Amino acid sequence: MSEPHLVDLAQASVRELNAALHALPAETNERHWQVRNPGGRHALAAGLTAPVTVEIFGHAGYYCAGMNQAASVVVHGNAGTGLAENMMSGRVHVRGDASQSAGASAHGGMLLIEGNAAARCGISLKGADIVVKGGVGHLSAFMAQAGTLTVLGDAGESLGDSIYEAHLYVRGQIASLGADCIEKPMRDANRAELFGKLSEAGLAGEVDVSEFRRYGSARTLYRFHVDHAASY
Amino acid sequence: MQSIPRFSATFDPATLAEIRRAAATGIYDIRGAGAKRKLPNFDDLLFLGASISRYPLEGYRERCETQVVLGARHAKKPIALKIPVTIAGMSFGSLSAQAKEALGRGATLAGTSTTTGDGGMTDEERGHSAVLVYQYLPSRYGMNPDDLRRADAIEIVVGQGAKPGGGGMLLGQKISPRVAEMRTLPEGIDQRSACRHPDWTGPDDLEIKILELREITDWQKPIYVKVGASRPYYDTALAVKAGADVVVVDGMQGGTAATQDVFIEHVGIPTLAAIRPAVAALQELGMHRKVQLVVSGGIRSGADVAKALALGADAVSIGTAALVALGDNDPQYEDEYRALGTTAGAYDDWHEGRDPAGITTQDPVLAARLDPVAAGRRLANYLAVLTLEAQAIARACGKSHLHNLEPEDLAALTIEAAAMAQVPLAGTNWIPGKGAF
Repeated sequence: MSEPHLVDLAQASVRELNAALHALPAETNERHWQVRNPGGRHALAAGLTAPVTVEIFGHAGYYCAGMNQAASVVVHGNAGTGLAENMMSGRVHVRGDASQSAGASAHGGMLLIEGNAAARCGISLKGADIVVKGGVGHLSAFMAQAGTLTVLGDAGESLGDSIYEAHLYVRGQIASLGADCIEKPMRDANRAELFGKLSEAGLAGEVDVSEFRRYGSARTLYRFHVDHAASY
Repeated sequence: MQSIPRFSATFDPATLAEIRRAAATGIYDIRGAGAKRKLPNFDDLLFLGASISRYPLEGYRERCETQVVLGARHAKKPIALKIPVTIAGMSFGSLSAQAKEALGRGATLAGTSTTTGDGGMTDEERGHSAVLVYQYLPSRYGMNPDDLRRADAIEIVVGQGAKPGGGGMLLGQKISPRVAEMRTLPEGIDQRSACRHPDWTGPDDLEIKILELREITDWQKPIYVKVGASRPYYDTALAVKAGADVVVVDGMQGGTAATQDVFIEHVGIPTLAAIRPAVAALQELGMHRKVQLVVSGGIRSGADVAKALALGADAVSIGTAALVALGDNDPQYEDEYRALGTTAGAYDDWHEGRDPAGITTQDPVLAARLDPVAAGRRLANYLAVLTLEAQAIARACGKSHLHNLEPEDLAALTIEAAAMAQVPLAGTNWIPGKGAF
């Protein structure tokens, strides 16, 4: 493998970094990039479209890897609000913790957070897979429409509030379930799905799928009805 | 002697009917369109025209320019429009694919832009719109970075005039297979969409969100911020501070596809009251004409266009009027409106998807009634009339560009309008709140 391209944000701007990454064609040979001194800057490696690997050594600010397509972004540190928001495909991996709204509205790809994720992890999720090795904060998977959220630790209050068809798997304790979110039986298909996502996250053999419980939509709010007024 | 039966002004017949309806159904009234109540509006303003001290331009000889550039503050590719009247955001889902295509065709013929809505961009509307603004909404339904990049501008929707603080709503009748797929929702459910963005809250976050969108689109696209008219002075100032290229302020007469009637009629302020505070914020920041102000909500005629511009807007946007130009509420379908329990001109159950005119529907049979080519032509005609009317007024005021219209060209017919528009009551030099009579 050739030497990685090094971008030092103590010297270069975020604009220069992103412009260089956006200019890469899908068939580029410059497939490995390393970013030093990120300094919590925002929108690092946002809007990528080429199948490259970008390693960020340090902490990232808001919207790191936002709207990612095809690329693999690794943060060797913590990530701020809106990590991998609206990701379409590819993979985003954070070695530390992630702030609020990680994976918000993400349509595809895999988001792996090794530490904890704060509130609203997977809010409005639209098809991506999120795996959190630690816990998630309150209102995670709020209005989540599709995709999976797998939590190896605990979940905060109102998990899955107003959820649509996303699948939630939690190994630890749940502070409370949100409106219209209920526990559902773990069927073979669910175990297979969970095993697949854990394998994709590189955790096959590390955790036992039988330790997880599944949560999803009771579908009672899919039609407006006066008797549900208190739940809206 | 018997006295004449006396109705209460408080509990009038319409109020009584609504109480009975609520008691029978247990659900609030949901409808489309904007505020229907009587509000202070542009009809309460008059242009003064020319006089000995102001001389007019020759009506058919001297030019009155109409073009406008939106988004030159930060974007590498600002938008240049021939006329200062754009088509407001309306979704595929709330409208049929044919209606969206017609809006694109009409806007393109007239040299202006059209706008997507909650639910994403369709190939049809991209294909038929020379200049297309892509809305970035709290729900993020159908939000796709490829569409972001193929748009000509991005409009971050914080709110809309019909429902500042409310999220979208699309009832099951209109969640067709295609709409459901675009929004990643189960077919036929009553869609509840979020009222807040999922990944930012407040002006400081908005600044970072705008930075992200600029980074993703390589600083090419103008970024608009749209707010419902509620606190236009502060919202405009905060949008400018956050880095917006264009601020869109939508008054309470602005329409919606579906919202609670109580929300439409009781939240937000009229368009007339929203313009001067927004302009004041821009002027105080030294950004008037640098960050463009687009005003919408109840624009009907060239007079309305001219008045909004005279108060300081750079452009206006139309939604309801554009739908009427396409054929919404057309009396030719009166029998069918009657069958729906309404009448042409009053039909507002757009959420039910049974629009006889084939516009606010996903029913393929009804939607096929609208010919996108003919409807697009009607919209282009209407946009041309709005422009000609505004030019006629501007020339009478001696202006060689619509943007040269100014508050000094106006007088108010009512004290309310004088206070809201901050122009003198006709025949006086009195602006309420601005000093003595």
